[in-house]
Order: sequence, then C-alpha cells, then structure tokens
Amino acid sequence: MSTDSTAALVKSPGAASDGPAEAGPSGRGPRSRSAAAYLRYVAGKLAGAAVSLFAVLVTSFFLFRMIPGDPVKHMTQGRPVSTEQLAAMRREFGLDLPLWQQFTDYCAKALTGDFGMSYQFRAPVIDKITEALPATLLLTGTAFVIYTVLGIWLGARSAWRGGKFGDRFGTAFALTLYSVPSFWLGLLLIVTLSVGVGPIPGVFPTGGMESGGQSGFAHVLDVAHHMVLPVLTLVAVEYARTLLVMRSSLLDEMGSDYLTTARAKGLRDDAVRRRHAVPNALLPTVTLLFVNLGNTVAGAILVETVFSWPGLGGLFYQALSVPDLPLVQGLFFLFAAAVILMNTLADVIYPLLDPRVGR
Amino acid sequence: MTVHETTDGAAGQGGAAPRSARALARARRLHALARFWRQYRSHRGGVFGLAVLVVIALLALAAPLLAGEESRSVTDATGGALEEPSGEFLLGTDQFGRDVLALLLWGTRVSLMVGLLAAFLSVAIGALVGITAGHFKGWYATVVMRITDWFLVMPTLVLAIALSTVMARSLWTTILAIGVTTWPTTARLVRAQTLAVESRPYIERARALGGGHGHIMARHVLPNVMPLVLAQTTLVISLAILTEATLAFLGLGDPTVVSWGGLLQDAREAGAVSSGNWWYITPPGLAIALVALAFTLCGRAIESVLNPKLGVSR
Repeated sequence: MSTDSTAALVKSPGAASDGPAEAGPSGRGPRSRSAAAYLRYVAGKLAGAAVSLFAVLVTSFFLFRMIPGDPVKHMTQGRPVSTEQLAAMRREFGLDLPLWQQFTDYCAKALTGDFGMSYQFRAPVIDKITEALPATLLLTGTAFVIYTVLGIWLGARSAWRGGKFGDRFGTAFALTLYSVPSFWLGLLLIVTLSVGVGPIPGVFPTGGMESGGQSGFAHVLDVAHHMVLPVLTLVAVEYARTLLVMRSSLLDEMGSDYLTTARAKGLRDDAVRRRHAVPNALLPTVTLLFVNLGNTVAGAILVETVFSWPGLGGLFYQALSVPDLPLVQGLFFLFAAAVILMNTLADVIYPLLDPRVGR
Repeated sequence: MTVHETTDGAAGQGGAAPRSARALARARRLHALARFWRQYRSHRGGVFGLAVLVVIALLALAAPLLAGEESRSVTDATGGALEEPSGEFLLGTDQFGRDVLALLLWGTRVSLMVGLLAAFLSVAIGALVGITAGHFKGWYATVVMRITDWFLVMPTLVLAIALSTVMARSLWTTILAIGVTTWPTTARLVRAQTLAVESRPYIERARALGGGHGHIMARHVLPNVMPLVLAQTTLVISLAILTEATLAFLGLGDPTVVSWGGLLQDAREAGAVSSGNWWYITPPGLAIALVALAFTLCGRAIESVLNPKLGVSR
C-alpha cells in the first residue's frame, strides 16, 4: 500500500491548504491506481475487524463461564425443586452438553444473531437487547452530539487564544470535570436538582425515562424532562476529551505556512480560523469521534444505573448479578462489536478525509 | 527526554581532579534531574498537583493517628445514624453512626494504594510488551501487537467489570482488573519510542560490540523510554483511582475495606440521595476528583517538560 499511496502524498500540501472542500475523496490525479490501493486497504481493515469480532465472541463465551455459582440453582432460589426439574432446566438451556459443544452451538447461533434465552427473563436475549437499545441510544446519542459539538467549538476557541486567560480557565475547568466520577456527579445532580437542597427546589425527576400515562407531544416533553440530568452528567464528564484533542491539534496547525498565506491574502482572522485552520485540525478529532461513537452503546453503564434509565447498561449490570450468562454474553459482544465496527469505519473513512494518510 | 545521552560537559568539569566513570554518570544524572525540576516548576498546574498529592499522601499515612482504628468499626460507632454535620462530626455520620470524616481519611489509603499498584501493574505490563515488541521484530511483534490491539478495542470498563465479577471480591481483584485492562495504551506508546531509539546509531554500535538482547533492552532502550513511562504512570494512576471508585460503587470492590467509591455506594444504599443528605455524598466524590485531577495535572506537566512541542499547557 505504501508505494501506491505516495501519489496521494505528493499532492497533499495543496489539498491541505485549500481547506475542507478539496480535502474530499482522495486524489483526482492517478485515480485508478489509488482506488485499487484503497480497496486493498479497506479489505485489509475489514479482515482485521472480522478477526477481532471472532476473538470477542470467544472471550464472551469463556470469560463468563468462570463466574462462580450455578445459574440454575440461582434461578430456582427459594423454591423447592427436585433433581429432575434441575436436570430438565439444564437441558432446556443446553447446560448439560459438553463445553466444546456448547461453544460451537454458541458460535453458530451467534452468527444468526441468536444469543439464546435469558435465564432470568425467559425471553430471547436479542429481544431484551432490542427492547433496551433505543433508550440507550437516545440518551448517549443526544449526549454524544452535544459534547462533540461543545468540545470542538470550545477546543478551537481555546487554542486560537492559546495561553490567554480564557484558554487557561477553560482547559482547567474541563480537566476538573474530566476527573470527576460520572456516578458521583449524577448523584449530586439528583440531590440538588431532583430532591432539592435548602432553597433549591427539586425540578427534575430522580430517575427513569417516563412518568407514564401520557401520549403524543406531552410524552416527548416528559421523556426530554427525564433526560436533562443524565445527559448533563454525560456531557460534563465527556466533553473535556474532545476539547483537549481539538485544542492540541489546532495548536499543531497554528504555525503552519498555509495559515500565514491565508492571512497574507488579507482574510479576516475569523475566516482563517473557520475555513482553513479548523477543518485541518478536525482530522484527529474525527478518530476520537468514532471511538466515542463506538462507546455510546456501552458508555453509560454508570449513568444509567444512577438514574435508573431502562437501557443496556442497566441491563448488563442486572444480568451480571444473577449471572444471566446468555444475556451477559450477548451484551458483552454487542459492546465490543460496536467499538470494533466504529474503529474500522474510522480507518476506512480517514484516508478519504485526509489524502496524506495512506497507510 | 534524551537526558541520558546528552554529553553535558558542565557536570563533568566541576572539579579539576579526574573522576571515575560512575561518579561522572551520577553527577550527570543529578544535573539532568535538577534541570527537569527547574522546567517542571514553571508549570503551575503541575506544582499545584504535586502539592495536593504531598498533602494527601501525608493524610493517608497519618490516618491511624488522626482517625483511630476504632472509627472504622460499625459496632463501636458513637454517633446516631445519618447525623448532619456538627462540632463533633464535622462531616456528619453514616447510617451506622460512624464519623464520615474519619472514614474519608481511611478511604484515602485504599484509593491511593489501589491506584498506585494498579497503575504500576498496568505500566509494567505495557512497558514490557512495548519494549519487547519494539526490539524483537517479526512474528513475535506481530502476535503481541495483535493482542494489544484486541485489548485496545475492548470497552475498558465493561472488561474491568466482567473481570471483577468473575474473581473473588478483594482489593487484589480490583488491582488486577484495572491493571489487565489499561496496559495497551502504554504498550503502544512505549513500542513507538523503542522503535525510534533502536534506529539510532549507538544501538548499532552496542550490537557490534557484542551487546545481547537483554543488554540492549535494559541498558539502552529502557533508560530512554523511562521518562515516557513515568509520565504515562501518573496519567494511568488517575484513571485507576477513578476505575477503583467506579467498581466499588457498583458493589464489585472489597466489602471489608473502607474506600471512597464504597462510601458512595453505602450512601446510595442508605437512601442519602433521596433524603438529600448532601454532606454524606459530596466529600468522597470531591476527594476522588481532587486526587485524580492532581495526578492528571502532574502527568501533563511531566509530559510537556519531556516534549516541549506540546506547548506550555497543552
């Protein structure tokens, strides 16, 4: 790949200095050659992702078998059951088969999206997951959009006035929030804004996703009302990372010649920043953006637990305490798969955004 | 920081009398250390972080004197349940009537110990993997880096939670779970640095003089990646402290020790949230955030001393 990509590499300075519009699909020059090379690159990345996904599948099966305790005994806790009943339950869940056969069955079924029956809910794992997924995506997706936009905007402003008071204060504030445990911030917000302390009245619900009994627009407003505090918690804890990456990559660009050229052309400071510096500095942030996107599925275990949000994170925690093996396996696979897929997507898209990268 | 190669004449010319190679090396190291400290001092954030850490470390060491052994015991508790802050209990009491301030002091020890040990484990694995993968090329490096990449894509917290569930509840489990899940970043950084160091001519010279793999890795590569490892350690410590608190809060920590995350779990279970007992909930979280912030600030200051390109306050 490296030899073919030099063609793209040579024309990079021009592409970079022309701003975002020209930084699009790689190379108009030797298109056929770089297109073939790009396809080979994509194929390599996809193969790597497939290997990783299989490794995750193997891990999800064996790791949780080590949890001490007999799931069948746990399920029948407090009820008198005969040995025959226990054996029947084992057969029902396929726990009587030898381990290797359980494993091959598991892999074969997982390929079709079937992760078996949940022990505690007596329902297919995939149904439980699709049930809880929208709640999680709504919460983390909203937070993701807000903290990404906020982080990029604040990071760019911060770097542009590097070293000034606003920059120092903004960075210090973001770093402080970054060090705060998300579950603690959630608890504090509940205490002050839901329960109310002293003169502050409790205006937000303490948890859950809806009050129930509403429909239409009132229901939408109700869910939004429930979302305010969890989203606020996630944004506060997460935006610092985007801010820091954006800030340092813009600082790297600050000394570049093409910015001097842009200024020499007589462009206003604002235009130099928005049209030339920021688009180039966005590139490293794009990678982080995809990593964050992959984590949105699993990223809210704590916030969901604290705010009793009916999402995947809460489900995972609930499943671990049984242990509800099929559900834990399915969720673990889903969490890791989301990260792997998003990382692969980032790898695939990145050369299109930045022709200089042809690795 | 290429301190160990710079032929800094100043230190060697101190006395007229010729000195032994060992003495010269020691003088040079001291000189480098002094220069490092001078540069570190110019980072206000780093100095603040260091000051906070010194105070907290002293508090942790003095916990038995300040709080007393019996303050952790549920049966010897002197106060009522969930009392508000008063002259006797500055931060109020928990549901068993124990002094929250005393518990907070005891928690300092656990958080610092777990944070330091877990970070040490994580960075040790990362450095070992990184140096060997950078030194031995070929199939070994390929396999090891594949494993590293695989760990890198696993959601850290999910894996740490899974590991803590699988193993018995104890501080060592927490340390192991954090160490095993956080090393890949260090491994990648150290490997890149190792590759850079190994391409220098003096490594070739060492090899030509008959230096073996162990000699080159321990005497030439390690001193050069050490500063990077140091900066990485301080950053990993704050991550480890946050993760420890998280695991303890989820009830996956050692139930027999008092930790900051465990205090928050106790507070939540005692209904401190719904009854608005902010004085019980606020201090442990503040303590976690303060220590994590202090380590992060130190790490960033060290990083920018070692790599001035990053800017004064990256």
